[in-house]
Amino acid sequence: MSGVIELLEHKTVPVHSATRWYYFGGITLFLFAIQVITGILLLLYYRPTVAEAFESVRFIMTRVEFGWLIRSIHSWSANLLIFAAFVHMFSVVFTHAYRKPRELTWLSGIVLLGLMLGFGFSGYLLPWNQISYFATKVGTDVAASAPLVGPAMGRFLRGGDDVGAATLTRFFAFHVMILPIITAGLVMFHILLVQKNGMSTPPWVSPSGVRQMRFFPNFFLRELMVWYFALAILGVLAAVFPWELGDKADPFASAPKGIRPEWYFLAQFYTLKLVPSHVWIFEGELLGILGFGLLAGSWAVLPFWGMDRTGAARTRLVTGVGVVLVAYLATFTVLGYYK
Amino acid sequence: MRAPAIVFLLASIGLFAQGTAKNTCVDCHAALDGDTQRPALLIKNDVHTASGLTCVDCHGGNRNAEDPSEAMDRAKGFIGKPARTAIPKLCARCHSSPDFMRKFRPQQRVDQFELYQTSVHGKRLASGDDTVATCIDCHSVHDIRAVKDGMSPVHPLRLPETCGRCHADQHKMAKYGIPTNQLADYRTSVHWNALKIRGDLSAPNCASCHGNHGAKPPQVDSIAAVCGSCHVLFAQLYTKSVHEPIFSAASGGGGCIVCHSNHAIHQPSTAMLVGPKAVCSQCHEAETPGGQVAAQMAKWIDGLDSALKHSEAVVTSADKYGMEVSEAQVRLGDGRENLVKARLALHSFQPAEMRKPIEAGMAIANETLRAGQDALHEKDVRRMGLAASVVFIGITILAIWALIRRIESRGVSTQDHI
Amino acid sequence: MELNDGSTGCCGECGSPPQQTRRSALSWLLGAGVSASLASFFYPVLRFLNPPHVTEAAVNEVAAGKVQDLKPNSGKIIKFGNKPALLVRVSETEFKAFSAVCTHLNCTVQYQDSTRQIWCACHNGTYDMNGRVVSGPPPNPLEEFAVLLRGDDVVISRRA
Repeated sequence: MSGVIELLEHKTVPVHSATRWYYFGGITLFLFAIQVITGILLLLYYRPTVAEAFESVRFIMTRVEFGWLIRSIHSWSANLLIFAAFVHMFSVVFTHAYRKPRELTWLSGIVLLGLMLGFGFSGYLLPWNQISYFATKVGTDVAASAPLVGPAMGRFLRGGDDVGAATLTRFFAFHVMILPIITAGLVMFHILLVQKNGMSTPPWVSPSGVRQMRFFPNFFLRELMVWYFALAILGVLAAVFPWELGDKADPFASAPKGIRPEWYFLAQFYTLKLVPSHVWIFEGELLGILGFGLLAGSWAVLPFWGMDRTGAARTRLVTGVGVVLVAYLATFTVLGYYK
Repeated sequence: MRAPAIVFLLASIGLFAQGTAKNTCVDCHAALDGDTQRPALLIKNDVHTASGLTCVDCHGGNRNAEDPSEAMDRAKGFIGKPARTAIPKLCARCHSSPDFMRKFRPQQRVDQFELYQTSVHGKRLASGDDTVATCIDCHSVHDIRAVKDGMSPVHPLRLPETCGRCHADQHKMAKYGIPTNQLADYRTSVHWNALKIRGDLSAPNCASCHGNHGAKPPQVDSIAAVCGSCHVLFAQLYTKSVHEPIFSAASGGGGCIVCHSNHAIHQPSTAMLVGPKAVCSQCHEAETPGGQVAAQMAKWIDGLDSALKHSEAVVTSADKYGMEVSEAQVRLGDGRENLVKARLALHSFQPAEMRKPIEAGMAIANETLRAGQDALHEKDVRRMGLAASVVFIGITILAIWALIRRIESRGVSTQDHI
Repeated sequence: MELNDGSTGCCGECGSPPQQTRRSALSWLLGAGVSASLASFFYPVLRFLNPPHVTEAAVNEVAAGKVQDLKPNSGKIIKFGNKPALLVRVSETEFKAFSAVCTHLNCTVQYQDSTRQIWCACHNGTYDMNGRVVSGPPPNPLEEFAVLLRGDDVVISRRA
């Protein structure tokens, strides 16, 4: 404990043109904490069975005092959390904070991003409404079409051959126990590494000439302001745009028109839609999934790219790829939304 | 000599073996053209064909004979094209025989001919008028389909236009002096709308009220009973009301159709009670007790309807804000039921009967209005709570910012170097 | 770093009255802001933790009164979810329950003790005690619900 206090007393944050981006790690952490708290509260009333899931969410929204608030905050914060995680990752890319000695921090961060997406995917099914049921169907179908491991992965995710009661139980287990335990460990690891390595400075700033701001109290107070502001945003979203209940899932009904996954999966979804059904001898969807796998794999080892080049050339390469990736994700998310 | 004999024998055996499956009527007639060809082409769609019956079962003749004079030998029972006046009896040869029909459709009725003979069509045909409807005019001929078949001319959706082929034709009806506006009127009715647009096959077509084989306009004193076969409660109230003896046959009246029309039955509304298009005012002047009852009932119904509509609007707007109002929405359904009951009670023509559902309905309208208003108020409370919270957050943020400024203006907490 | 009384002991800029007032005003504002905002966060959470009186979440099940409330060969309408349901006591021991929404045009049906059938007043549709259409315009049967007797209480629930 005293070690932690000493660490905090000496921790500093460099002040330069990109300092504002340092907030996003904290924002992501803060929103995750909100998810944990509101998630635990929801757990007091949620019932994870096909017969009662939808009704228990309805109960929370209508009968439990401030249930509408807790649930809406949980749903909105989930979306804001994933967005913040992406911003945090891209800010690390463009300030080049992944460089030695922070490779493990980057890697653990990528895994954490994957875990956040896993939280989003598993949590989405729990209200058991039409949209969540069919979005999960589509999502698990895509996973099951991966080469070699696809069908096994599909069965593992779904708890069977179809999305149903077994899937709900399984997703509930992922969402409230398995993913949280893994995330807790990894977050601690990630933060410890950040403290150990200190805050990085972007390559265009000279490390010796830069002004440093004390983390405590100066940066911390600023961070508090940002977190409070995030709370205000969440409150407005929850009160003015309460999250809807939807219709109870009916597996025998046809999928709602224009069913599509949540926005954070839209770019991949739309890309898969665009890929032609057959490219030479390969199935289009298979190629698409392989492509994503390759992209994710290379992205994870970003710190090790272009080791043969000079520092400046490597920096330019990563910045270039980063810009293209952001543009691709942004464009295809928008396209996936409107098409 | 032996070989040809054997060939001949074999050929005959071959011919014989095939003989039972032969239908030379269709074989020859399909090769002709125009009216003599048509039956041969249509017959494969005929419901009789599916039961194994063929041309000879109605027309007589020999289906195995290649030679026309042998196939269509009148001496051997060939009828040829029957006279129109002979058609019903021809069909009845089988369709009125329980023993015969039992072999194919045990449950099918066998009294169609008997009914037909009581109908206007049947009576006129018997007196020699062969322009009236016979079996084949409604059911078609050679491609007769089951009534349930959507392409049958007597399927509920097509039956009105089949009747209208004659009954909407002024030339045909002129010599009988029958009006020809029924089909057009019926097409404006709620019953046709239910049939055609909503696809509700239980809605009445011409035959539902007039009968099909025994078609005769329902006797005037049975109109309420006919309408009442579906609209049970309305008919019950009406027959116990003051209007029944007045609109009865004895007085030359017409039961339900006096107010509602026979074919052009439109969606009823309070415009029938008061206003320029009112039916009540045709007999009751406004200041008379009857006129006053009409006005009172119209006021009650319109009042309840608009109260329910108002409540519905408020509840729906609360729903749009994300507030939970499903209970109120269910209650509004009960309210609408009371409005239906009030409209039903109207047919007793006694305000006292209508008062109960109106009062119950108004209570529900008020109750749901309050629920909707409470939900809207709750929405406002939420937003005020939000505003308060945002204000506190804003104050805190400002205070932190001021604190930061204070700390940093002193210059003690920033360092120039690591 | 002190927040409350303004004295720092580390430099000479403190102690003069305007600064002190400013400092205490700021501390007060910060304290008030933090407490008020925290209260506005924790108040809903505390209320949330308090379970509501109506504990039954699911509308897969509805309490439909006591056994004694319904005589044999009679029926009553109860709310099931947001639709009406018809509970019929067929005999001393047998209960049946159906959706009370007529499949023709959604009027509410009723039990007819004289014919021991379910009847719709709107267009004379009739259903038997299995929910099947006997006569009239309804196109589909009535959905049947399960009836459970828990001691004295009659409970209607959706069939699995």
